[in-house]
Amino acid sequence: MADVSIRALNKKYDNGFHAVKDVNLEIRDKEFLVLVGPSGCGKTTTLRMVAGLEEITSGEIRIGEEVVNDLPPMDRNIAMVFQNYALYPHKTVFDNMAFGLQMRGYPKDEVKKRVQEAAEILGIEPLLERKPRQLSGGQRQRVAVGRAIVRHPEVFLFDEPLSNLDAKLRVQMRVELKRLHERLETTAIYVTHDQVEAMTLGDRVVVMKDGRVQQVGEPLELYGRPANRFVAGFIGSPAMNFVEVSISGSGDALWAETQGLRVRVPQGFSGKVQSGQRLTLGVRPEALRLANGADEHTFATAVDVSSRSATRSCSTSAPAACRWWRASIPACG
Amino acid sequence: MVIERRWKKWLYFYIPLTVFILFTLFPFYWMAVTAFRPDSELYATWRQPNAAPLWTLHPTLEHVKGLLQTTAFPTWLWNTMLIAIVSTIISLICGMFAGYALARLRFRGSEFLGTAIFITYLVPQTLLFIPLADIIRDMQLGNTPWALMLTYPTFLIPFCTWLLMGYFKTIPKELEECARIDGATRFGAMVRIIFPVAVPGILSAGIFAFTLSWNEFIYALVFMASADQKTVPVGVVSELIRGDIFFWGQLMAGALLGSVPVALVYSFFVEYYVTGLTGSVKG
Repeated sequence: MADVSIRALNKKYDNGFHAVKDVNLEIRDKEFLVLVGPSGCGKTTTLRMVAGLEEITSGEIRIGEEVVNDLPPMDRNIAMVFQNYALYPHKTVFDNMAFGLQMRGYPKDEVKKRVQEAAEILGIEPLLERKPRQLSGGQRQRVAVGRAIVRHPEVFLFDEPLSNLDAKLRVQMRVELKRLHERLETTAIYVTHDQVEAMTLGDRVVVMKDGRVQQVGEPLELYGRPANRFVAGFIGSPAMNFVEVSISGSGDALWAETQGLRVRVPQGFSGKVQSGQRLTLGVRPEALRLANGADEHTFATAVDVSSRSATRSCSTSAPAACRWWRASIPACG
Repeated sequence: MVIERRWKKWLYFYIPLTVFILFTLFPFYWMAVTAFRPDSELYATWRQPNAAPLWTLHPTLEHVKGLLQTTAFPTWLWNTMLIAIVSTIISLICGMFAGYALARLRFRGSEFLGTAIFITYLVPQTLLFIPLADIIRDMQLGNTPWALMLTYPTFLIPFCTWLLMGYFKTIPKELEECARIDGATRFGAMVRIIFPVAVPGILSAGIFAFTLSWNEFIYALVFMASADQKTVPVGVVSELIRGDIFFWGQLMAGALLGSVPVALVYSFFVEYYVTGLTGSVKG
């Protein structure tokens, strides 16, 4: 059990590419922290630096009390689950899981006991004698997780471990990973590009872009109060709508205006918004409701395309045969 | 439609395949038939009545017996085997480490080194044997098996390195990273994880190296003088062609027996060999 502290971390490659820029993160003991962002945002590089697989250009990584900047991966007491599972193809499932313990010189009985224990937790006992190529994707995934937990490491690192699974299995494994984390109570850092995964798994979520941390926070905090436009657009599916507006009016009666749209700025914003400003109005699709006639919080538009999902339906619109929509803009704190 | 497709399959697949197989295998067939044909048939004209130019009417083992009893063929076979095995082992070991380093370690000039090693493979042996002969003479290794065991790696190591470098690159690097997190050093991960996974590639490099040294001619011809030190390719040609007389029966029997070990090696490892060349490792 350990907390992980990352300070002023930078990674610059020989070709000059600055992959990770001044990342500062404090990961609490037993916390499940998810790094999320588009591809090339530096999340995997950050994780690999914590693992010791990538050299640090500058900065400091601490696991527990120890600065691990120059420690080889094997001395960091971490375990990592890779995107392609990285199971040793020539070894059986048992040997795959036992390898880390054998390399550290554990006695045979202990190795067997721990592998058995991990296999039980993950429900892979009948597979112990098989080779990785005889397993399905989901089973391989479990073995990869099993290999990580047998060593009882201080920190788990997950590098997009679910992205090779089909949609149904992914949801199932997500739940299992969450349950496993609650059971083992080990600090975990999890990298994904899938925001749904990030929101459902993480105690806290770190959104990254172009090597920089954009926001760190609990999932609902990111959703409700995104720190910047990138986070607002990245978190949430379908993505938030952005409209460039200018503010008019005075006092409490402020209006956000653009062509075909004029809505009242909610009370909570007064004092933060001034007349004459040009702003970006962000409205989540699920915040739009069909309204009964016009008032100051509504605008008229026509439904262009409508797509359904099991829980809700969303529409994209074009300003033709209009219907009234109400945009509920959350109060600003 | 179905008829047309079948017709096309014959035209594009079976007929070319048959022609190709005939073209490739006919020399072997000819070699085998000649080895078992009595001299009376060998030197008879094809126009003679009852002539059977494509097979033999009176198969005989006289050439094989003659080869084994009147020449040093068993010794040549032993020499060839020993030299091929030792030089293959030397080249494989060097090739595995060099190939791994070039495929995985990021150091300045690694790409240039990889290309440079390949270029040395392209230098023709007919040029290289001159300086090598000088070295062999200085080291007083001439006419000993070491002359060949140490010179064959000069072309086998670049070859093995190049082939294995390509194979190692197909192995996901996560396997090795995972081993290093699991507690192995880089060397440990290489020996315990990468080499076992690369067995198909290592075997195909080994088979190639073995075949190349088995069939090698120029160095063996230049560095080995006495009859009892020769290898099969040189022995057969130098001892069974006397002046302008070709002992075709014995020559072909020698070639046939000489190709058996290589054929055996290939047939045992053919599956590994194909995987080794197509290079597919799945985690």
